[in-house]
Amino acid sequence: MQAFTTLTAVAVPLDMANINTDMLVPARFLRKPRDERYGSYLFHDLRHDEQGRLRDSFPLNEACYAQAQIIVAGANFGCGSSRESAVYVLMDSGFRCVIAPSFGDIFFGNALQNGLLPVVLPEAQCAALRAWLEANPGAQITADLESQQVSVPGGERYAFSLDPVRRERLLRGMDEIGLTLSRLPAIEAFEARYHAQRPWLAR
Amino acid sequence: MSPPSAGTGTLFERIWNDHVIEQGGADDALLHVDLNFLHEGSFLAFAALRKEGRSVRSPQRHFAVADHYVPTLGRERGIAGITDPEVRGLIDLLESNAAWAGIDHAGIDDARQGIVHVIGPELGLTHPGMVITCGDSHTSTHGAMGAFAFGMGASQVKQVLATQCLWQRRPKTLRVTLDGTLGAGVGAKDVILALIGKIGAAGATGHVIEYAGSAMRAMSMEGRLTVCNMSIEAGARAGMVAPDDVTFDYLHGRPFAPKAQHWDDAVAMWRTLSSRADARFDREVSLAAADIAPMVTWGTNPGQALPIDARVPDPATANPEARRGIEAALAYMGLTPGQALDGLPVDRVFIGSCTNSRIEDLRAAAAVLRGRKARIPAFVSPGSTAIKREAESEGLDRVFTEAGVEWRASGCSMCVGTNGDLLRAGERSASTSNRNFEGRQGRGARTHLVSPAMAAAAAVTGTLTDVRRLLAGARA
Repeated sequence: MQAFTTLTAVAVPLDMANINTDMLVPARFLRKPRDERYGSYLFHDLRHDEQGRLRDSFPLNEACYAQAQIIVAGANFGCGSSRESAVYVLMDSGFRCVIAPSFGDIFFGNALQNGLLPVVLPEAQCAALRAWLEANPGAQITADLESQQVSVPGGERYAFSLDPVRRERLLRGMDEIGLTLSRLPAIEAFEARYHAQRPWLAR
Repeated sequence: MSPPSAGTGTLFERIWNDHVIEQGGADDALLHVDLNFLHEGSFLAFAALRKEGRSVRSPQRHFAVADHYVPTLGRERGIAGITDPEVRGLIDLLESNAAWAGIDHAGIDDARQGIVHVIGPELGLTHPGMVITCGDSHTSTHGAMGAFAFGMGASQVKQVLATQCLWQRRPKTLRVTLDGTLGAGVGAKDVILALIGKIGAAGATGHVIEYAGSAMRAMSMEGRLTVCNMSIEAGARAGMVAPDDVTFDYLHGRPFAPKAQHWDDAVAMWRTLSSRADARFDREVSLAAADIAPMVTWGTNPGQALPIDARVPDPATANPEARRGIEAALAYMGLTPGQALDGLPVDRVFIGSCTNSRIEDLRAAAAVLRGRKARIPAFVSPGSTAIKREAESEGLDRVFTEAGVEWRASGCSMCVGTNGDLLRAGERSASTSNRNFEGRQGRGARTHLVSPAMAAAAAVTGTLTDVRRLLAGARA
């Protein structure tokens, strides 16, 4: 997994609540291999009209956001389907951080598995950040996981928190399988005891 | 002494504690996973696992089934009937990955094939007290049998394959109490849509829901599965119902259910799985069963649900935060504020999905369609090959086909459309599936989520219709 420590990058405001994973990546792309085209599936049906032309109205299509790596969105970002492809399309389009008032639980977990930082800030702070970004299109902001702060140049700082276990894993880019397998003796002892009490689970 | 903290004494806490191998932090633990389900979409997890040179630690604790990409037509030809090479490749890949790992696999022409969340309970793989995972958000379904079951992404599927455990952050607890008696024509789908309509599409985020109350106890296993299935649509990590005689009667004798003395021992253990009378939940919500009407969604998330006799909301009277969301939903859905839902013309009807494709769902739809004709194209995709056979033995297939409703094979079908079962842009469906997201049933398609009985009523009239009128007609 890619570690995440701190990131200063262009941020794009997306003033929409309930951005679900079908919007992030429509289901018809889920069969595709993760190759160099993968990032182009991000928000495909919002970015393109039925004829495949880019929609001017969608913020990600604006030139000033071409290098964006941070999204500031509305509540319940990433709700819906568990497809981890929703994280892959973000990562493969260059995004490393999403800031929102709340996230779908499964998306939140998937983001952490891939080194995409999900930052929870109160609704009013997300709205203030989006308003600032709309007044300063293409401006950079900083998301710092070490200090757990989002900051606007020469301006506001917003404190956030990630639970200590997940923060540590993300800061170090730790592989959870390696971590788990280092506990193999405890796992085997647990399973022996657990299955002795439930012999019907033997298969 | 401080009072016990929230979550103490709950069914969820009991199952969680039974599976903790090691605490990782205050709210974080390494959990043992009893059972993991796999489907075609698992190819990403297998690819990553194999690339890392890892093996599957406990292949006997996984079960693989083809559901997301299987066609619902031409199934008598099996895999040979699939013309799309990408789809065929994914179905073949699941089979070869399962064979590589030594995992039991129900392929496209297996008698056990069906939608993963239908066949788990149906085959008796899903037991009370288990921790169950799958790379699919509707894994919450299995909680209806008294399990803690949740969806996850490919990275965690890979972890469960490699280690048979998972690091998890402990969710909060929410008890939903449903007391009273459901009215005629009102079912489990209406209950869960009423709940999500009440608490919102993110109303249970970060929580596991336990469904309780007299109406839940009276509900069939099929109904409980429907309710738990859509817990994720309220944002919940999982939904669960304490196991009882309804659960045990459903499970007894199924192929993977414990047998003989093991059955008695298992039931004795399962009977201890319930929330204590003094259990403390982080949140409580109650619903009166008698107040629930047949429900229909009008918008583009499952929280945008109303009784069939309601009118489409007016954004002008909504609070400013909700206003733009309502306006966007109405624009996508082609609806005007104040419009009546009852009588809204519909183009197509879909009866199926892991939410509503079980035998009881098909009986409810058939009861409305018997002796009537569908005025618009409609089809049924049973939740499993076994349910298809059971329905045929009851003559339900003839009820559907005589009404002009297509009787197809089992799969996820038009719920997610990855097999090609899709609406055209602008078409409006009455659908028994679980998501009315923009584009979910096809780009530009407009989905109204309803119960199987309501879907059948829409087929008969060609409009969203209060099924209670048709049921009254049938009795007269």
